[in-house]
Amino acid sequence: MAEFTLPANSKVKIGDTYKAPDGAKRVKKFKIYRYDPDKGANPRLDTYEIDMDDCAPMVLDALIKIKNEIDTTLTFRRSCREGICGSCSMNIDGTNTLACLKPIEDVKGDVHIYPLPHMPVIKDLVPDLSVPYAQLASVEPWLQADTPPSPTEERRQSPEEREKLDGLWECVLCFCCSTSCPSYWWNGDRYLGPAVLLQAYRWIADSRDERTGDRLDALEDPFRLYRCHTIMNCTKTCPKGLNPAKAIAEIKKLMVLRQ
Amino acid sequence: MIGNSARSTSMRTALGRVRHLGSAKEGVHHWWMQRLTALALVPLVLWFVVSLAGMSGMDHAAATAWIGSPSVAITLVLLIGATFYHAQLGVQVVLEDYIHNEGLKLAALVLVKFASIVLSVAAIFAVLKIAFGG
Repeated sequence: MAEFTLPANSKVKIGDTYKAPDGAKRVKKFKIYRYDPDKGANPRLDTYEIDMDDCAPMVLDALIKIKNEIDTTLTFRRSCREGICGSCSMNIDGTNTLACLKPIEDVKGDVHIYPLPHMPVIKDLVPDLSVPYAQLASVEPWLQADTPPSPTEERRQSPEEREKLDGLWECVLCFCCSTSCPSYWWNGDRYLGPAVLLQAYRWIADSRDERTGDRLDALEDPFRLYRCHTIMNCTKTCPKGLNPAKAIAEIKKLMVLRQ
Repeated sequence: MIGNSARSTSMRTALGRVRHLGSAKEGVHHWWMQRLTALALVPLVLWFVVSLAGMSGMDHAAATAWIGSPSVAITLVLLIGATFYHAQLGVQVVLEDYIHNEGLKLAALVLVKFASIVLSVAAIFAVLKIAFGG
């Protein structure tokens, strides 16, 4: 049956507290999930007190400040710090989002930071995303056409056809949506999840692609596609403001249309 | 857990595990039938609720006479069919979502499918028995 409680070795304990420097006036507490697989200990929640007069505005800025100045062992993914790379996805204040796009002042009270939910944790805020990455590879996210391209020009697309890709190409594959989806939590080994289905639809909707039917064939499955029960957490959580639920609904419509 | 058992016991690649046995090439019919039966149930259930509300104080003879009239009997049979068809589709999804033991899942699905057929046939038989003056 479904697991409703955490296994004993997953229970999060209270960890260490790192006090703010003396004289700090605007102190904000960051409660951050820590887990080190080499230690064999349970995960813990460490508290870092940060002087907001000496910290840049985003949650990622605070994490970098902690790693640089307070605790170098804190582990997280980050790269571009401007919402383009999708690396710093994590659960902040109860919602999956990108740390670089989340203003600290949007969080009332202490800032709770956990890794993306229901993924195996490699260390601290770094989840193991190898299954979602393999799921992305399984939908073959590249243009597939048998008609050879013209040697002198690109594959052509009308402005209207190009418009169909808006709201799809912007996805940065942070997997905030997939890891917010209860259906993905329960059946993530077989359900592709909103991020990968949005990517699949991005190629289904591309007028230059000639393998639309094959792509629909590969998705037509009670688990791969139809575990989506329109819960809508994906759309609610997307830090880029995209609508994976709509992309999935479009795939379902095409499935009926081709009957 | 995401691929927990496979993760701990199999050295198969993530892509191999994700592709697994391939697409079942079905699921549309289930999804479409769930929507169609839902659509059919909107007027059917409304009619049923309004009819029941209007039956207060009705005696047994009047009730069986009402059930036995052709239009009511036909609508009741349609309501029973759509209800049980829709219910077993929905319960199937719930069982598939939450039961991860394949044997237990199969047993539960068989039980639900058989039970919905038995119950719907019994309910339809009851209506027909009254309608045909049994």
